[in-house]
Amino acid sequence: MEFETVIGLEVHVELATKTKIFCGCSTEFGAPPNTHVCPVCLGHPGVLPVLNRRALELAMKAALALNCRIARESKFDRKNYFYPDLPKAYQISQYDMPIGEDGYIEIEVDGRTKRIGITRVHLEEDAGKLMHSADGLHSLVDFNRVGVPLIEIVSEPDMRSPEEARAYLEKLKAIMQYCEISDVRMEEGSLRCDANISLRPAGSTSFGTKTEIKNLNSFRNVQRGLEYEQERQRQILLSGGEVVQETRRWDEATGQTVSMRSKEEAHDYRYFPEPDLVALSIDDAWVERIRQTIPELPDARKRRFIEQYGLPAYDAGVLTASKGVADFFDEAVRYVDDPKAVSNWMMGELLGHMNQSGLEIGRVKVTPRGLAKLIGLIREGTISTKIAKTVFAEMFETGKDPESIIEEKGLVQISDEGALAAIVDKVIEANPKSVADYKGGKEKALGALVGQVMKETKGKANPQLVNKLLKERLG
Amino acid sequence: MKISLEQVEHVARLARLSLSEDEARRYTEQLEAILEFADQLQELDVSGVPPTSHVLPIYNVLREDEEQPGLTREEALAGAPDSEDGQFRVPAILEG
Amino acid sequence: MAMWRWSVREMADRVRAGEVKPSELTEAVLARIRETEGKIRAFLHMDEEAAMSRARGLDGRAGEARGLLFGVPGAVKDNLCTAGVRTTCASRILANYVPPYTATAVCKLEEHGAVLVGKTNMDEFAMGSSTENSAFQKTANPWDLNRVPGGSSGGSAAAVAAGQVPFALGSDTGGSIRQPAAFCGVVGLKPTYGRVSRYGLVAFASSLDQIGPITRTVEDAALVLQAIAGRDPRDSTSAPVEVPDWTASLTGEVKGMRLAVPREYIGEGTDPAVAEAVKRAVETLAGLGAVVEEVSLPHTKYAVAVYYLIAPAEASSNLARYDGVRYGVRVEGDNLIDMYGRTRSQGFGPEVKRRIMLGTYALSSGYYDAYYLRAQKVRTLIRRDFEAVFERFDAVVAPTAPTTAFRFGEKIEDPLTMYLNDVLTIPVNLAGLPAISVPCGLAGGLPVGLQVIGKPFDEATVLRVAHAYEQAAALKLEPAGL
Repeated sequence: MEFETVIGLEVHVELATKTKIFCGCSTEFGAPPNTHVCPVCLGHPGVLPVLNRRALELAMKAALALNCRIARESKFDRKNYFYPDLPKAYQISQYDMPIGEDGYIEIEVDGRTKRIGITRVHLEEDAGKLMHSADGLHSLVDFNRVGVPLIEIVSEPDMRSPEEARAYLEKLKAIMQYCEISDVRMEEGSLRCDANISLRPAGSTSFGTKTEIKNLNSFRNVQRGLEYEQERQRQILLSGGEVVQETRRWDEATGQTVSMRSKEEAHDYRYFPEPDLVALSIDDAWVERIRQTIPELPDARKRRFIEQYGLPAYDAGVLTASKGVADFFDEAVRYVDDPKAVSNWMMGELLGHMNQSGLEIGRVKVTPRGLAKLIGLIREGTISTKIAKTVFAEMFETGKDPESIIEEKGLVQISDEGALAAIVDKVIEANPKSVADYKGGKEKALGALVGQVMKETKGKANPQLVNKLLKERLG
Repeated sequence: MKISLEQVEHVARLARLSLSEDEARRYTEQLEAILEFADQLQELDVSGVPPTSHVLPIYNVLREDEEQPGLTREEALAGAPDSEDGQFRVPAILEG
Repeated sequence: MAMWRWSVREMADRVRAGEVKPSELTEAVLARIRETEGKIRAFLHMDEEAAMSRARGLDGRAGEARGLLFGVPGAVKDNLCTAGVRTTCASRILANYVPPYTATAVCKLEEHGAVLVGKTNMDEFAMGSSTENSAFQKTANPWDLNRVPGGSSGGSAAAVAAGQVPFALGSDTGGSIRQPAAFCGVVGLKPTYGRVSRYGLVAFASSLDQIGPITRTVEDAALVLQAIAGRDPRDSTSAPVEVPDWTASLTGEVKGMRLAVPREYIGEGTDPAVAEAVKRAVETLAGLGAVVEEVSLPHTKYAVAVYYLIAPAEASSNLARYDGVRYGVRVEGDNLIDMYGRTRSQGFGPEVKRRIMLGTYALSSGYYDAYYLRAQKVRTLIRRDFEAVFERFDAVVAPTAPTTAFRFGEKIEDPLTMYLNDVLTIPVNLAGLPAISVPCGLAGGLPVGLQVIGKPFDEATVLRVAHAYEQAAALKLEPAGL
């Protein structure tokens, strides 16, 4: 029996504000526990929330970038539940009047473009962080994260494979990053993803029973977790069983999803309008003002890279997946008019080194101007492509200028006939066998001689010139 | 009957109140009386009447994204019933 | 006249004139407290040392004395947060709670030079109408020590009536300033919702709570309100509305003003002696030239039901934070859920638990529409009743409470009867209006309050009417119990 997979994602994104959503505490990541707290975010008796303008405007911007309709009237609600990381025992969230509704984004899987619907985007506050204490009998709570502004982005159940889910999440990340809405660092928890997944017989239009998967804490784990769950549900259905509607937790170590059945009874969040905040009224002018702040988004930029620079679609896709990388490209081609060479160097060397070192583009020491210079030096014949790779590695390491690296290490290509002639003669004398082979018609033997010259010059000889000199001498 | 003992016990669990049997019985009776009294609201036609959750006709009260001094960790933990390593300590949360 | 009998106005004027020092005033009221507190028990905590030291500090600054309340001693209800000073809300769960910050209203009192001598008793978390729900002590009515002072701001009202302080702050969610003021024969003003910042007022029902003054004269109420009113950036629901000079509206003139007497406010539950006292007060106002007419506020009878769904619903959420994790009292348990249950069951008293239960139920899945949402819709109808009347009238006048102060234990066993005592004050909170209770004589030897209700943000008219009546009636009320 054939099944179709149905996936919807709920993604939480921490907004890049300086302060928390309802108080003036810093949102800085990684501070010592309970040092970014105040009576308001600790939920002391008598405190009141006041909404951070930037949090609201970033939420509006996100909703607009996701093609949502912005609510003209909106409000906040209390979601009531007890948990030690939730100081007020309610989360201020939005229940029935979210900031944005009815949006979509486009993803590309196997060269096909697909539209994924966005049900809603709403604004809420983050909770604190719980850790187990060493004795195993207690939990410890750090409230630095409590009150950091979040948006929750709920997709329609439009994805049909774990791969699509991953593509959706990557696109979402790129859009958030382009708009500077969030740092979107999954490892720091500023982008978090829960997934709903169900299977149904191929051709069916009704939905099967779904499970909710939590703790999908990296792009890779989103795909792996969903693949595991897809297969788990398929096996259940194939054996005539029924999928239980429940929340499951992805366990990266075992590569499995595990049921999170708890003794607690079903939640009843008792949502009601937050009486401590006033309603929002958002007019067209405000929406337009926010719309103006949205930069060129990944899809548009990709189209531009193809049209303006003549890049292959694949290159354009890779280079625009991250805003920082695309900005690097745009800047580099201002200094050297060779988009394809820049693209090749970035996709090969730059991204390769970044992957190896785990560095993000923002922390890379190579500058666009430096890469452009390097490409220029190759084109002028100052260094060979091979040497250039060594120079690039040094640039990546130290951030130095290519010219100074070449000078310091004496890497300038030897293009002086006089200087090379003596070495060529010496090599001919030292390799009578290769000379004989060449003269006997073995073209390959010339390569061995070129290699010897390169070795003698530590790779600095201009290969074209070496070829020419050898051929002249060997007739 | 407006409310049963079982409902009262359910509500107590939602509200994280552990009631004695006696309390649960007493609250069942008292809530019963209050809810019966509240039933007079059912006699009104409220169709088309918007709810009032707020009497103030004010909107968009916002603060700028500027840092304000908060509490030191010592101040934050000063009233904590239990703490460890600069964090609030609670009985372990059982997962799964 | 003994110093402790002076009004806020008189104290402030005499300090300004250099006739008396702040420390002398504070010493005088502390002596009065020592003399009477054994009978009244209005204060949950006091710090005489701190008060005297603050007052002496002001002595030295008398030359620069420029606050409205410079050197004037006062008290605040124990649900207003005071940094470094225990704030318990008369609840066991906060028995050891010392806030790290101070409520805006209290900051403003201090900026105006007031000297706070202590925190007053109240019904636990302001839930009650007799102050009997305090976890710590019962406060007696200075008029009859066997009777309640009203509630929930019973400590504040009793302290002012007994001459322990010339003013005290209270909070009013369903009548908690006005009803105890009426029971104790003093003036109590609930401002318009949004007039005074709620920042630092421990929340009971956020959409109804409002801080206001309890004083012995209407002018004093105006002065104290003047000090605490105004928009606060820390309270989103504090209104950006201009704060006028309220003492300027105390002209004694009500000639031509249109006053409405709602017939639903003098119904079958009203004590005939109370009705009689209020009737005479209204006649006095008519005698001053006010035009008095009977009107109808047809949805009044639903107000108690609406209130006892909305207020507990909000309270059930507001009081969820008392979980033994970050502050307050914890009762250890076998596990987290057990700790929560024990802490909250042993930390809260019966009335608070009753309301948490009621409110949780009203919000819970399957009942929200029938109870909470419907109550909010009827709340709209109650507001509209007032709006219609205020199209033709400047103010509404009515009794503050249907009875005078009752005896200890008389109603505490029957929550519904206790709730019905709030029937005349609750509609005002539901509509967010300003209202004052001003003494209008005695019934059976106990004080009766005249309630004056105004349009939103028209405290000026409320104060003017109350003041004109007070001046014309010129009652000399002296608590009989002391």
